[in-house]
Amino acid sequence: MSVFVNKNSKVIFQGFTGEHATFHAQDAIKMGTQVVGGVTPGKGGTTHLGLPVFDTVAEAVAATGADVSAVFVPPPFNADALMEAIDAGIKVAVTIADGIPIHDMVQLQRYRIGKDAIIIGPNTPGIITPGECKVGIMPSNIYKKGNIGIVSRSGTLNYEATEQMAALGLGVTTSVGIGGDPVNGTDFVTVLKAFEEDPETEVVVMIGEIGGPQEVAAARWAKENMSKPLIGFVAGIAAPPGRRMGHAGAIISNESDTASAKMDAMEELGHYVARNPAHIGETVLRAMKERNIPIR
Amino acid sequence: MNIHEYQAKELLSTFGVPVPAGSVAFNSTQARQAAEELGGNRWVVKAQIHAGGRGKAGGVKVVATLDEVQKAADAMIGSKLVTHQTGPEGSIVQRVWVEQASQIKKEFYLGFVIDRGTQRITLIASSEGGMDIEEVANKTPELIITEVVDPAIGLRDFQCRKVATAIGLKGKLMSQSVKLMKAIYRAMRDTDALQAEINPLAVVGSEGEERLMVLDAKFNFDDNALYRQKQITEMRDLAEEDPKEVEASGHGLNYIALDGNIGCIVNGAGLAMASLDAITLHGGKPANFLDVGGGASPEKVTNACRIVLEDPNVKCILVNIFAGINRCDWIAKGLIQACESLNIKVPLIVRLAGTNVEEGRKILAESGLSFITAENLDAAASKAVAIVKG
Repeated sequence: MSVFVNKNSKVIFQGFTGEHATFHAQDAIKMGTQVVGGVTPGKGGTTHLGLPVFDTVAEAVAATGADVSAVFVPPPFNADALMEAIDAGIKVAVTIADGIPIHDMVQLQRYRIGKDAIIIGPNTPGIITPGECKVGIMPSNIYKKGNIGIVSRSGTLNYEATEQMAALGLGVTTSVGIGGDPVNGTDFVTVLKAFEEDPETEVVVMIGEIGGPQEVAAARWAKENMSKPLIGFVAGIAAPPGRRMGHAGAIISNESDTASAKMDAMEELGHYVARNPAHIGETVLRAMKERNIPIR
Repeated sequence: MNIHEYQAKELLSTFGVPVPAGSVAFNSTQARQAAEELGGNRWVVKAQIHAGGRGKAGGVKVVATLDEVQKAADAMIGSKLVTHQTGPEGSIVQRVWVEQASQIKKEFYLGFVIDRGTQRITLIASSEGGMDIEEVANKTPELIITEVVDPAIGLRDFQCRKVATAIGLKGKLMSQSVKLMKAIYRAMRDTDALQAEINPLAVVGSEGEERLMVLDAKFNFDDNALYRQKQITEMRDLAEEDPKEVEASGHGLNYIALDGNIGCIVNGAGLAMASLDAITLHGGKPANFLDVGGGASPEKVTNACRIVLEDPNVKCILVNIFAGINRCDWIAKGLIQACESLNIKVPLIVRLAGTNVEEGRKILAESGLSFITAENLDAAASKAVAIVKG
């Protein structure tokens, strides 16, 4: 088992014939992902990578039964592409783009209400269930199968944590990047809830960063609702206030936005916290030993 | 992207929001002329820099003669203004705004932000205008009124009336405030602003003639939406930005200067922040934040090294790359190219991981250059700190 995507997921690529989509679709197929086609408006009826290309997501869904979409559409048109995916009945849409205008995301979040779709991103490396399904741009070879769920705002810090864990023999069920933007499709709580419900996930790692109330809200939710141990880290201990640290959402606007305040809150709520980004792997291992959770 | 107060007032005025009559001046003669043309017998001369806290720092003067207007402008233009938001290095005043002074009866606070919790535009208002709103929020949270806007429906009249009542705007002022709040909301939406702050919103005018007036305004815009905001983009004042950060962004790099001595070149914002954290936890001080982003070509890596080395405090550079869409072999080639073309004298500590890591390490090892390699983040940070501590 896993969360959001697995070996049965049928994936299409929006913006399929573009350079990045082509490269990452090939990599996803190599890993075993069921890629069933793609969408590029104006190129419907052609084939790409031996797969059918459609003009609209609705046509692609009707013809292939796709339920997951990797949205590789440039930022100015990305929110529209996400709405199209939701409208066509896609269940999980992953949007990689960095640079979607925030007002577009505010509109999208309104549009989604009452519709049953998960939006992962934007500004994310995507989601991967090792050996089954990859929808994104992460280096798939570093993800080994295991019993740990990872959710992070940053992409590269997700890789970092994954490598530290792999070095200790620890693998993952699913890794989810929720992205570095201030308004994002999926928050930490949604992913924690999915991990809590997934029988194969036994431990959850949450990697946050400065800015916004998400990490603490998730830590509170976890205290009330999770039986599985949660290990947290928040990047940006050394970040100055008022500066946007690369990610649109990574900015300290007030005291509760700081990395230390968030990690203090997580610790007070009884969760495991790696205070040093180099110690994420060993903190996970310690939590597993203390909770008698086997390495799988 | 930020703009000056006078630009924000001009922008608001095009949306029908009442602002004092005024004019921008780049020298004291212009300032005097502006005051003369505006007429009246009291003026405010306001230094135009992007940082807040100008009043306390001497950047706002109320004067009663044209000579005083000229004197105030003369003192401000070209001077360095240090406020709690500029940092100790301050900001050089290039222009002033001269406006007719208003008879202030009462001051309010009005702000629109994109609230990260609700993911919607939220109106924040307070009867405590003219003060630092965060201080008000900390000391008297009950005086902060918030109203969330449904993006599909927009800000409604009843919501504005609710806010007006809560902060004590009655009668004619209430109906004025409804129009004003809706106009500011529209301005924010139409210009892709992240934040619109009016502080203070003042009640001005004589008995029976009271009206609302925006006395100070601050706007902050979404950089990601500037492609569709030509008019806003034209308001950008590069003199208010760090020239190195501007140069870096021209090369697709995200650079922020800090005050330490360990230069950093990292891919990805999260790993870049974590690298600064690891250095700090080892007792070192990072000189900068630098995210080279995805697809870092050798040219991009060379530019990154050059920008980091322009800081004379830099004693060594920590390069930390976890390649996803990047490739370690390209990074390695870029580093060698940088070492050769820039004649780099400081030690380079290099940690490579991810896509094509073996090729990357091999290229570095065979280069004959003395890179200090590190297997992981912890080792990289500890080696960098050990070098600067000697």
